[in-house]
Order: sequence, then structure tokens, then C-alpha cells
Amino acid sequence: MKTRISINKLCEIYEIDPGFVMSIQEMDLVTIYVEGTEKYVSTEELPLVEKMVRLHFDLGINQEGLHTIHHLLERMEGMQEEIRRLRNRLDLYEDL
Amino acid sequence: MEFIDYYSVLGLDKSASAADIKKAYRKLARKYHPDLNPNNKEAELKFKQLNEAHEVLSDPDKRKKYDRYGKDWEHAEEFEKAKARQGKSYSQRSGPFTYSGEGAGAEDFSDFFEAMFGGGGGFAGRTGRTQFRGQDLNADLELHLRDVYSTHKRTLNINGKNIRITVPAGIEDGQTIRIKGHGGPGVNNGPAGDLYITFRIVNTTPFKRDGANLYKTVEISLTKAVLGGEITTDTFDGKVKLKVSPGTQNGTKAKLKGKGFPRYKKEGQYGDLFITYKVRLPEKLTSEQEGLFKDLEKTGL
Repeated sequence: MKTRISINKLCEIYEIDPGFVMSIQEMDLVTIYVEGTEKYVSTEELPLVEKMVRLHFDLGINQEGLHTIHHLLERMEGMQEEIRRLRNRLDLYEDL
Repeated sequence: MEFIDYYSVLGLDKSASAADIKKAYRKLARKYHPDLNPNNKEAELKFKQLNEAHEVLSDPDKRKKYDRYGKDWEHAEEFEKAKARQGKSYSQRSGPFTYSGEGAGAEDFSDFFEAMFGGGGGFAGRTGRTQFRGQDLNADLELHLRDVYSTHKRTLNINGKNIRITVPAGIEDGQTIRIKGHGGPGVNNGPAGDLYITFRIVNTTPFKRDGANLYKTVEISLTKAVLGGEITTDTFDGKVKLKVSPGTQNGTKAKLKGKGFPRYKKEGQYGDLFITYKVRLPEKLTSEQEGLFKDLEKTGL
């Protein structure tokens, strides 16, 4: 399976401007690899790229907003994990 | 099957204009979009309802049919036939918001929608943009605590397909693992999505668990607590002899290093087992025991 995808192909598939991918790269949300004249993103990062595309084009969130949302979602995921661990720890005190 | 009030789903009344519908939909979609509500099944359901309401109310043809029949929707079929005789009607829609979530497809429609408008009618979870990467799928797997004491293989049936996965020892309740490439198939040579399995660990053992550490309360007799001695107790996978010190108090803890649960993804490493002693006081005494206690009392104990 291919582990990377060219940005040109990606933009063709999602019908987006390459500038959008470059802008999310500038915000350090995705990493772009350059090989010769071609630029690529790892397929591992495709879910994130897709999410950014949906948030921007479907919900009309601007690029600064994408950056903020990304960080807040990361924090939220961290907190959800912490809640999970704390919930499990609470079991220790049940039926005592 | 229940009637669904699509207007109330969008917080509108029947007089709402097309612009009102679009505005209400966009506003609520921002609130409930699955990308902004990860691991929130309630929001996901709400978003599907919003999409469905938008699908109906933003399409003049569907809205007309819905408005005309409303709660009397079961007669909609007759309306359809009559309409067919009048020739083709137009349809326009901006399309529902796209999202990547589990189970897009037929199950995204309510039974009510299916009955009134039929299935497969131009509404799917992510049709707004050309599909490429396959959908991620989510599944829950319930296991007993004893099942996750050791790493083992297990075959799961996901959407009719058998998938063999490795269950790592020490996985915790609520933890999710990603099985790469076992989600929905990609389109146009796109990569397949991933499968996310969330573990539900049921614990009916006498052990409490916190990560890799196990906790257990062990009752000891009054004489053992006072005089000390040896007891045998169960660990998670065997038995162990413990020395009880003379004068052991109620609630005293003993730590058995390495007798806990396997550490997740750290092969060969185990947490600790913490034993809490609970001194069992006799409820009924024989006359001889009572006499002995009275003698003890006289000693000032």
C-alpha cells in the first residue's frame, strides 16, 4: 500500500486548492515531504487532512479557527483519556 | 415507527424560509458535527437527525410532500403516484455536510425517512466530496478481566468480515486500539479506513484494578491479627503465603511486588498486588471463649 500521496493528486481528489494544504502545513498541522518537484503528505496524515477539509469547506471555519480547533480537540482527547483513567480508578472505591 | 418533526429538529416552525432552514442547519451542524464531538454518540445521532431534516426540508419536492402529509405520512405513496402523473419536478440541494463516522449508509436514515422517501435517495454520510480514504469503523469488544491477563488472538466479525486481532495483555476498560486498514474500503485507489476497537472489561473477580496494580481485601481472624502467623491467599493467577505480623491493625496493607496485572505493552512486566487486612471480630462466642475474653479484660486489654 502506498504510504504517501502527492499533494496534486490529493487536491484533485478533494477538489481543493493546493494553497489550502500548504496553509495547514504552515500551521504545523501536517508535514509535507518534497521529492524533486513533487510534494507529498503521508497517508497516515490523511484522516487529519480530511478533517481539516471538512471543517473548512463544510462548516466554513477559517484557517486560524482550524488551528485553534485542532489544539482544543487534542486537549479534549487528552482530557477524555484522563477521565477514563479516573473512572477506572473510582472503581477502587466502589462497594467499600 | 414514529413521525419525526423535522422542523423541531432544526428548531423552526412550518413557516421557515429556505434561508432560515439553511441558517438553522449550519448553526446546529457546527454544534453537533462529529469532527467537533469525537467519541460522542449522542452528538453523532443528533447530527444524523439534522442531516435528515435538512435533506427533507431543503429539497422543495420532499418538503412539499412532508408538509402535505405530515403525521399522515403513511399515505404518501398515493401522493407519489399522483405526482408522477404530473411530470417531473425539480430538485435542488446543497447537500448535507460530509463527515467521516461509522455506519454511514442506509442506517443513516431513520425508518420514517425510508418509509416516506425510500432508501438510497441521494443522501449518504459523506457525498459532498469525492470519496477517497475508506471510512473508519468503530466496534466495542466486551471481555472479562481474566481474558486480558495474557496477550492472545481473537477473531471478530465486523460487517460480515472475519478479522483476527491481537488483544494485548493489560488493556484497560474503555481503552481503544486502532487496527490499521481494516475499516471501510477506499475509493479510487484510496487507502482503506481503520478499525477502532474499544474494550469493555468486565470484572467479577475479588480484585480491584487500577492500571497494572491490583487490590484485594483479605479477612484475618482476631487471634491472627493479635498473635501474628501465616495465611494463604489467592493472587490473580495462583496462591501465595503471607506472614502476618503480631499486632496487625485493621486496614493494614501489604504490597506483593510483581503480583499485579500485566503492564500494557510492556511484556513481562507486572504491577503490584496490594492486600488490605480486615480483622474479623467474632460475633458469637462459646462460653469458654467468653471466659477467656473476660480474663483478658481483667488484664487491661
